[in-house]
Amino acid sequence: MDKSPSPQNTDDISIVLCGQAGQGIQTIEYVLTRILKLAGYNVFATKEYMSRIRGGTNSTEIRVSSKPVRAIINRIDILIPLDKDAVRHVRKRISSRTIILAETENGGEVSDRRECVFIEVPFTKTATDIGDKIYSNIVAVGVVAGLLGVDLQLANDYVRKYFSKKSDDVVNKNIEAVKAGHKLGCDLDSSGKIEFAVKPEAGIKDQVLLSGAEAVASGAIAGGCNFVSSYPMSPSTAVLVFLSQHAKEFDIIAEQAEDEIAAMNMAIGAWYAGARAMVTTSGGGFALMTEGLSLAAMLESPVVIHLGQRPGPATGLPTRTEQGDLELALYGGHGEFPRIILAPGTLEDAFILTRKAFNLADKYQVPVFVLTDQYFLDSYYNTTGFDLSDLKTEKYIVKTKKYYRRYELTADGISPRGIPGYGQGLICVDSDEHDTQGHITEDLETRVKMVDKRLKKGQAMIKDTIPPQLIGPEDYKTLVVCWGSTYNIVDEAIRNLNRQSVAFLHFKQVHPLPKETVSFLKKAEKTIIVENNATGQFAKQIKLHTGIDISEKVLKYSGLTFTVEELVKRLDSLLD
Amino acid sequence: MDIKKFDMGDIDIAWCPGCGNFGILNTLKKALSELGIEPTNLVLVSGIGQAAKIPHYFKTNFFNGLHGRALPAATAIKAANPNLTVISESGDGDMYGEGGNHFIHTIRRNPNITNIVHNNMVYGLTKGQASPTSQLGFKTPVQVNGVFLEPFNPIAVAIALDAGFVARAFAGDMEKTKEILKKAVTHKGYALVDIFQPCVSFNKLNTFQWFKDHTYYLKDSHKVGDRNQAFKKAMETDKLPLGVFYVNVNKATFEENIGTYKDDKSPLYERELNFEKLRDLIEKFKTLI
Repeated sequence: MDKSPSPQNTDDISIVLCGQAGQGIQTIEYVLTRILKLAGYNVFATKEYMSRIRGGTNSTEIRVSSKPVRAIINRIDILIPLDKDAVRHVRKRISSRTIILAETENGGEVSDRRECVFIEVPFTKTATDIGDKIYSNIVAVGVVAGLLGVDLQLANDYVRKYFSKKSDDVVNKNIEAVKAGHKLGCDLDSSGKIEFAVKPEAGIKDQVLLSGAEAVASGAIAGGCNFVSSYPMSPSTAVLVFLSQHAKEFDIIAEQAEDEIAAMNMAIGAWYAGARAMVTTSGGGFALMTEGLSLAAMLESPVVIHLGQRPGPATGLPTRTEQGDLELALYGGHGEFPRIILAPGTLEDAFILTRKAFNLADKYQVPVFVLTDQYFLDSYYNTTGFDLSDLKTEKYIVKTKKYYRRYELTADGISPRGIPGYGQGLICVDSDEHDTQGHITEDLETRVKMVDKRLKKGQAMIKDTIPPQLIGPEDYKTLVVCWGSTYNIVDEAIRNLNRQSVAFLHFKQVHPLPKETVSFLKKAEKTIIVENNATGQFAKQIKLHTGIDISEKVLKYSGLTFTVEELVKRLDSLLD
Repeated sequence: MDIKKFDMGDIDIAWCPGCGNFGILNTLKKALSELGIEPTNLVLVSGIGQAAKIPHYFKTNFFNGLHGRALPAATAIKAANPNLTVISESGDGDMYGEGGNHFIHTIRRNPNITNIVHNNMVYGLTKGQASPTSQLGFKTPVQVNGVFLEPFNPIAVAIALDAGFVARAFAGDMEKTKEILKKAVTHKGYALVDIFQPCVSFNKLNTFQWFKDHTYYLKDSHKVGDRNQAFKKAMETDKLPLGVFYVNVNKATFEENIGTYKDDKSPLYERELNFEKLRDLIEKFKTLI
C-alpha cells in the first residue's frame, strides 16, 4: 500500500525527469541538485539509463525534502517528460497524485497518465525564444527552482559558475533560461495548482553533496592511493575519472591500461615498488583480473580492487545494477588464499572503507575489495561530511637489511614487506611457489609451510573485521539482514513499515564475516535477508560460515534495485 | 663493477645443458656490471617459461610474475620508482604470444625499461609446441602438418610502433650481444632486444649452426635514425639481420609524460598524502564549486 501523502502539502517530493540520452537530463540533474543543496534543501538523486549515447529513454529521480532522503522511491510527484516516449517509460509509477509538467507533444498518451494532473509548461518555446531549444533543460531547472521557492540569485550564480568555461553568449543565454524558467515556476507556485511545504535548513549549506563514485574515489585518496590503473567499464569508470582529474593535485599516477589484465598487473607492480595502487572495474573486467588477483595472493602483494557490480552473466545489462558478484569476488582467482571484502552502504561508509581498504591491504598483504554497484555509484545525496581528524596513512613498508628475506616465516603469517631500492636487502617475489627468500621451489615441505603462512593471515585479519551495524530496537524479534548498497533503502522501508520489534543489520564487511555475526542472528526469532540478486549469495555465506539458515529471502534481479515502497510491501507480507 | 656481485653461488639451474639461456645470463651480468648497476637498484621482471627463470640465477631484486604479464608490472615498477633500473625479460611465447597485447601497448606507452626477449622460436617448458615466431612448416606434436601461421615479426612491429630502440642479437655471440644490451639499458625509453637462441631440446630446425648460417650483422653504414631503412631491414627473412635496427631518442618516456616527477624526483614511497589538499577536496563537495 502506498502510504505517501499527496504532493499537496507534502514536504518530501519526488521529481522525475525522463527523456532521451543526449537531451541533457544529466545536466538538469547535476545543476538542479546542486542549486537545491546550496539553497539548503535535503536532496537525493539517482538515475536509470540505457547503454547508449543518444536516444532511448532514461530517467532521473530527484527527491527534495525537509528531512534527509537517501533512497530511491517509486512514487512520482512531479514528472517532467522531455520527449514523447517519456510518459510511457514511467507509466507504472504515475498515480492520480502525479503532476506532469510538460509541453503537449511530450505529454504522452492520456491512458498512460492515469488521471494525473497535467500542466502545460512551455519549456521548449521558452528556450527557443531565448535562442535555441538546447536551453530547455536549464529552463526546466529554473521551473523547479521557482516552484520550490529557491532564490533566483542563487540559481543564477550557480548556472553562471557551471557554464563558466563556455563563451559569454552561452553563459548569458543559460542565465536567461534559468530566469525565464524560474518565473514560470513562481507563477505555477502562485497559481495554487501546486503547493509544496519543503523547507530549507540552514545547516545543509555546510553539508557535502556527492555521489557514491566520488565517495569511493575520495576515500581512495584519503587512503594514500597514488596509482590507479584500469580499463573503462560501466559503472566503475567514474572512480577512474575522478582520480584522473585529481591526479596532479595528489601525485597520483592514473593510467588507462590496454586491458584489465594489464591494469591488475600494473597495480601489483606498483605496490611492489612502493606505491599504493588500486584498480576499478566491473564484473567482466574483474573476471580478466582474477589471474592477477591470484598473483597478488602468491606474491603477498597488497592490492585494492573497487568492483562496481552490474548484472551479468557476460555483458548482461551494462548500465543497470545488481549485487550479483559477491561470489565472484569471494571465489575469483585460482588457488586458496585470504582476502577481505568490504561493502559500503552509505557515502560515509564508502569514504571510510575505501580508505581503510588501503591500510588493510598494506597491513595484511592481501587483496581488499570495495564492492559497490551501479545504484550506489550513480546516486548522491547531502550528508554531514567525513571525519578528517584521524587521517594518518598507515604504512607498513620496512627498510631492509642485507640478508632480508621477503617471506620470513612469522607467527601471524605476515612478513615485513620491503621494496626495492629502500635498504640493503633484495626484494625477490615469484608467482611460483617459493622459499622464504622468494626463490622458486618444488620442495613440498616448503610448499606446506607457505600455504599455512598465507592462510594464517586470514586468521589474523579476523581481529580487524568491521562489525555489522544494527539499526532499530536492541530487543528485536525480527531481524532484516542486508549488505552493501541497500542500506538506505532498507532503512527508510523499515521506518515506513513502522512495526514493533523489527530491526535491521547491515554488513559493511561481507568477508571474512565479522565475529559478531552469530550473536546478532541468534537473538532474532525471525530473520529475513534482502539482496539485489537472484540466489541470495550473502545468505549462502552466512549459512556456510555460521550454520544459520536465513530462510526468508527478499530478492530482486531485474536490473534495478528495490524501491522503498516495494520493499515495504515485500517485508510487510513476510511479517503477517 | 665486479660481475660476481650478481652471482648466486652454487645453485641448481633448471636449464638444459647447452641451452642458449646460459650465454644470455652471463652476457647480461657482464653488461650490467660494466654499466656499474648495483643489484639493489636493479629489478628484473619476468613472466613464465624457461627464459623467465633468469632472475632466480641473478643476485638482484626481481618480480617473477605471470606468463605474458611482465611488461605491465615492469611499467608500473618504473613509474612508481624511476630511480630503479628495470629490465623485463622472458621468452618469445611469453612476450609475443600470451603477452602480445601488452607488447604492443608498452611500446606505445614508452616506459624507460629494457625488454629482452629470448627468441628460440619454440615453446620449451611445455615441450616443443610452436611459438609465435616459429617458422612456416615447423612440425611439432601439435602443429602436426607444420606451422602455417605467419611468423610474428617483433622487429617490424616495434619499428611500426616507433619503439625508441629496436635491436636483435644472437646468444652465440656474447661480445656483440653485450654491447647491444649496454646500449639498450642506457637508452632513455623502451628498448627491445630480441635475442636469437637455439633450443637444444625442442628445436632441431633453428640450431646454433642454422642461426650462424642465416644471420648477418647490419653494416656500420646502416642509419639507425632512418625508420624506413630500419623497416626494410626488418622485413628481410632470407638472412636475418642482427644489431641495432632503429633508434629514436626524441621520445618522451611514460614517466616524463605522466608529470608525476616533473617538479619532484622522489619515488612514490617517499611521498605523503597532502592533508590540506584533501580537506580542500572535501570542502568543494560543500561549496560545489
